[in-house]
Amino acid sequence: MSPILNAVSYAELLRLTLPEIAVAVAGLVLLALDLTALRRAALKLRFGVGALIGCVGCLIAAYLLLHAAVLGSLPEAMFVITPLTCIVQLALLGLAVLTLLLSTSMKFTANVGEYLALILFATVAMMFLVATQNLLLIFVALEFLSLSLYVLTGFDKQSRQSAEASLKYFLFGGMSAGFLLFGMSLLYGVSGSIELPKIAAAVSGPALDPLLLVALVMVAIGFGFKVAAAPFHLWAPDAYQGAPTVSAGFIASSSKVASFFVFGQVVMVGLAGAAGHGAYRGYAPGWVPVLCVMAALSMVVGNLAAIAQTSVRRLLAYSAIGHAGYMLLGLIAHTPMGTAALLYYVITYALATLGAFGALGSLEAEGVDKIADLAGLYRRAPGLSLCMLVFLLSLAGIPPLAGFFGKFYIFAAALQAEPHLGLLWLVLLAVAMSAVSLYYYLRVLKQIYVVDGARDAPAIQVSLVTRVTVWVLAALVVVLGCAPGLLLRWIGA
Amino acid sequence: MLAWTIYISFLGALAARLSPSRMLARVVALLTAVAGLGIGLVALRHWVPGEFLTVARVAWIPQLGISYHLAADGISLTLVLLTGIAATAGVLFSWNIEKRTQEFFALYLVLIGGVYGVFLSFDLFLLFVFYEIAIIPKYFLIAIWGSAKRGAAGEDAGSQREYAAMKLALYSFAGSALVLAGMVAAWVASGGHSMSFDALVAAHFSARLQMGLFPLVFVGFAVLAGMWPFHTWAPTGHAAAPTAASMLLAGVVMKLGAYGCLRVAMMLFPAGMDPWGFRVLGLGSWREVFALLAVIGIVYGASVALVQRDFKFVIGYSSVSHMGFVLLGLMTLTQIGLDGAVLQMFSHGVIAGLLFAVVGRMVYDRTHTRDLNELGPMQLAHAIPFAAVTFILAGMASIGLPGFSGFIAEFQVLIGTWRSFAWMIAVAGIGILVGIAFTWRALTKAFFGEATLGAVEHALPPITLPETLGALLLLASTLTVGLYPRILTDLILPTLHSPLFEGLRRGAWR
Repeated sequence: MSPILNAVSYAELLRLTLPEIAVAVAGLVLLALDLTALRRAALKLRFGVGALIGCVGCLIAAYLLLHAAVLGSLPEAMFVITPLTCIVQLALLGLAVLTLLLSTSMKFTANVGEYLALILFATVAMMFLVATQNLLLIFVALEFLSLSLYVLTGFDKQSRQSAEASLKYFLFGGMSAGFLLFGMSLLYGVSGSIELPKIAAAVSGPALDPLLLVALVMVAIGFGFKVAAAPFHLWAPDAYQGAPTVSAGFIASSSKVASFFVFGQVVMVGLAGAAGHGAYRGYAPGWVPVLCVMAALSMVVGNLAAIAQTSVRRLLAYSAIGHAGYMLLGLIAHTPMGTAALLYYVITYALATLGAFGALGSLEAEGVDKIADLAGLYRRAPGLSLCMLVFLLSLAGIPPLAGFFGKFYIFAAALQAEPHLGLLWLVLLAVAMSAVSLYYYLRVLKQIYVVDGARDAPAIQVSLVTRVTVWVLAALVVVLGCAPGLLLRWIGA
Repeated sequence: MLAWTIYISFLGALAARLSPSRMLARVVALLTAVAGLGIGLVALRHWVPGEFLTVARVAWIPQLGISYHLAADGISLTLVLLTGIAATAGVLFSWNIEKRTQEFFALYLVLIGGVYGVFLSFDLFLLFVFYEIAIIPKYFLIAIWGSAKRGAAGEDAGSQREYAAMKLALYSFAGSALVLAGMVAAWVASGGHSMSFDALVAAHFSARLQMGLFPLVFVGFAVLAGMWPFHTWAPTGHAAAPTAASMLLAGVVMKLGAYGCLRVAMMLFPAGMDPWGFRVLGLGSWREVFALLAVIGIVYGASVALVQRDFKFVIGYSSVSHMGFVLLGLMTLTQIGLDGAVLQMFSHGVIAGLLFAVVGRMVYDRTHTRDLNELGPMQLAHAIPFAAVTFILAGMASIGLPGFSGFIAEFQVLIGTWRSFAWMIAVAGIGILVGIAFTWRALTKAFFGEATLGAVEHALPPITLPETLGALLLLASTLTVGLYPRILTDLILPTLHSPLFEGLRRGAWR
């Protein structure tokens, strides 16, 4: 290894990782500042200053991505930056900024600097994750991300639920990392390389090595945990319910974008020759049938289990599992259109979910957890209610919101991928399950808009920053739904 | 200019929501609805038979070849006119809404805007977008402002409303899920370059694909058209909805389904109606299957309406019966049958609106009961004679007496049926007879009941001006079309000869 490593030009490395460095430095600065100068300041001020520094870091990184020439790659596919990865990184930065803004109204913790810095570090990990095609770095970045997320989940130290959620997430996550590592080591054993393009060259061929099949199932299991696809979804409901709301939103949005993208990189670039077919009557072994099973299970389990939930956050968690099923369709397609559809879907989904969690977070002080607690919300917080309407209807896939076009696009991509509409069975299942999903989203909206709450319930005070952030998210969902071309132009259809 | 029917509806919705006072919201809603009707009438005045009017055609999502393509042919214009009439009457009959008035009219106008959009879309994707926009307002209109079945009060009434609303929303959404699947498949099969109807018709899908997609899409839309056995949302939904929403549901929303059957399922996948080449239970094609379901709907709806105690359910089931004629007319695949079907869409929209207005607004809002046995002793014919007269006229129109629009529409459907499926005409005839029976029964029971001994003379509030105006508008519409049907047939018939419907003009077409 060493002679190759020596070939890395450090100037080049610095140039390519400049955006990540900016975010990491911002994280360190805000951490240091919070622990020294602002130690005795008011909570609000600390959150305000911290979030501001974090946002500045993210904006500098975004500027670098947009204007400085950071395209290029390092040897061993350690760093491969294409226009597409830049777009995903930009999306991650955007989501990080919105998450930082949402977290400013949190009250449960005094460890402001740590919390905000962890969000930034997780973002750095995700930016690395999408920009590498090297198994080793993928694993390192994934673990870096996971560790940050475990801590973010358990951050509410007074809450037993939070601790339980964190532990569950950690145990399941650790196991999945084991599977993933095992799968990766097998891949290395089969192909003799840890670079995705070289692996692809080594494993392609008409007959698949049985060892390779084991490897790709292991990899699918490992990433299946990450993206919360059934049957590896069990951590999600608990983590979403127990974690601080903003953390849950962050896990559901940003980490989903990054995980799906890297999942796509591994299977589409690294296992390009071992795709197989998932068509009805056209089955061929490979990772596509594995993902087909995962997608079908996720759609069914997620959407059906969501019906029975009484807690809003658990409902969103199960719906997230269902959505992971739809997103897998984009991977199953493994065409350029499939990738574009997946990215459109996962980004708009992230916006809607982050918005829903953000709105819920500002209600948390009022003791809202059960769906029934939302009764009469339209009177107490009309603006927030309207935003919830937008987010939930987008998740349900009602036009003209972004979720609808995402569904249409990803279904179309899946159907186009196989000749003779081979994946029609999966698309029909997806469409049927999306009809089911309207039921539970409407149940929440019914509480908000139809059921009258207590007459004398006071209006809910929401901080300005949160309100603006939630409105921005809602506006994005509407605008991207009405004009999907704005996003499609970037992610290349 | 026709596109403005959509835009002003959405703008009106916004204005109604932001109105500071209830009265202003009502006025805004009325002006918006009247403006929509006015635009439709102006378009009718300048219409040249056989014209195809492209209103807007710009790229919307160029990456997928989806365009913002609004246009109108004679069939669209007929239904745009119907929407204008029903919307205006609906506002007039909901003048007395006091609960969350601004929101009511906002949702109402969003629904109207979606409906206009469906009738004017000539791009499948765009049509679907508008179609789904119309679903969500329906849910809230019923769940918030609806009324419950007889005898229910308080908590119970609330849950009944919500049940009906949810049922309707889920049926609609399940139906549109089928349409979505068909739409995606059609887009992929046509090469993914365009979703405009002209491009999709020109794509000439393979016969096998059409055979698969036709039933999928047809059933998807027919759910909303109240096709038996997918009709069960209709009676509960209609009965639970507030008056204006029932008028819209029966008047235009069910037409969305029927229109989708014609415009999407039949126009894009005509070969799906060809014979299968084998027979199952005497049926040899999807066309015969759906025709049979339509006739069953006609008889079943009428029979069930005959035994209802709840006045609103009588009308609700009668809608199922009358929509059966629309579907039957479509499936005859004859020129006269299709003409009758579109005419019946218009006719039923107006007449059902009128019936629901009498039952929901004139009677229920005054007596607070819809139970026919309780209404009888109230001597409503004396208490509110205007309501009785309106119901008699609407009933006459509904059973298809000559001079009203229902006659010319159902008559044409029956001729078409005679040519295509001769034996079904006997069954449909039975449906018409039962239709006369249930109308007569409802009329006598509700308005001309025996005064029981000791019954107090009910002092009911008089009929208000908006109610009178709304009733007159609807009566005038059905009479105009009944006495001078050419006003609409001149729109519809030439359209059936346009290139878009080329696939339908074969076989039994005469």
